[in-house]
Amino acid sequence: MSEDRASTSKEWPLYEVFIRARSGLEHKHVGSVHAVDARMAIEHARDVYTRRQEGVSIWVVRSADIVASDPAEADALFEPARDKVYRHPTFYDIPDEVKNL
Amino acid sequence: MPSAADLPVPDAAIRARYVLRLADTSLVLAQRLCEWIGHAPALEEELGLANVTLDLLGQARALLTYAAELEGRGRSEDDLAYLRGPGEYLNATLAEQPNRDFAAAIVRQVLLDALRMAQYEGLARSADPRLAQIAAKSLIETRYHLPYSTGWLARLGDGTAESRRRVVAALEDLWRFTGELTAGDEVDEAMAAAACAPPVSIIAARWSTLVDEALATATLVRPPEVPPDSPVPCGKRGEHTEHLADLLSEMQSLPRAHPGARW
Repeated sequence: MSEDRASTSKEWPLYEVFIRARSGLEHKHVGSVHAVDARMAIEHARDVYTRRQEGVSIWVVRSADIVASDPAEADALFEPARDKVYRHPTFYDIPDEVKNL
Repeated sequence: MPSAADLPVPDAAIRARYVLRLADTSLVLAQRLCEWIGHAPALEEELGLANVTLDLLGQARALLTYAAELEGRGRSEDDLAYLRGPGEYLNATLAEQPNRDFAAAIVRQVLLDALRMAQYEGLARSADPRLAQIAAKSLIETRYHLPYSTGWLARLGDGTAESRRRVVAALEDLWRFTGELTAGDEVDEAMAAAACAPPVSIIAARWSTLVDEALATATLVRPPEVPPDSPVPCGKRGEHTEHLADLLSEMQSLPRAHPGARW
């Protein structure tokens, strides 16, 4: 659907923007920008999302290149995990001697 | 540059004049760029232009403050910005040229970003520590501005027939104002002799290289050199086109109507 729109519209393609706030942290999705190419997408992401020193690194990816799960399949994908709370690591006694787990 | 220790420091009035030329070009260009706010082709581009504008304004403020100190007449940066007439402004006339369209704004920006890059690279090693400090900070900002404007020059020059037509027309129209960018005078010579500024020949060569690279990427042809006896006004001597008076009357309207106003 988005590809159909892009081919008939004069709008610039959409890019998703990911910012790393500090070294060592992961990149987090912060929003999106329109741009004609990857270089412009980086510039726009810098100008729109890092004006207040929000980041030290930027990733951009064309929104059309993101493969998303289908909301209609949400039950099949996520429901089976609902009754398996034992997967949370809260059922174990941690010995006092263990500092980092 | 020769060692600074055994060189005579230029007269404060000469240094003030040199710094004022830098300051005024940044200030006038910032004022032109901020006219895009609310009119830029895309929200992202508007923020991009606004960021460049604020960088230029910051450079102008630091330089105006220093110029006012050198001048020693008790004037502030605001006095210099708001209470001087067009004849006292020393900006390059290219900076005051209007935003006829986006292509004209981009051509003007590329030519002046390349100039500021060439100037700040040399001034970052100035024997004048204050000027060196301002230049070093401004150089970092300019290293973003130049790729930004040359990127747009390439998109327009190598884009559609219409974008190319507009950018070629803008280049032909604005090129006549480039003569003064690479021509030195007694102020430039005095500053260079004291290692306070790079020689104009160095700035001119670097500017030329940067502009040639930008034009080549955009598949544009460099117009012929501006003859030295060109009748175009020389901004650094206080000569200007009629556009500067309009720009200043808008920029200075509030402080002139309400002297000393604060908020």
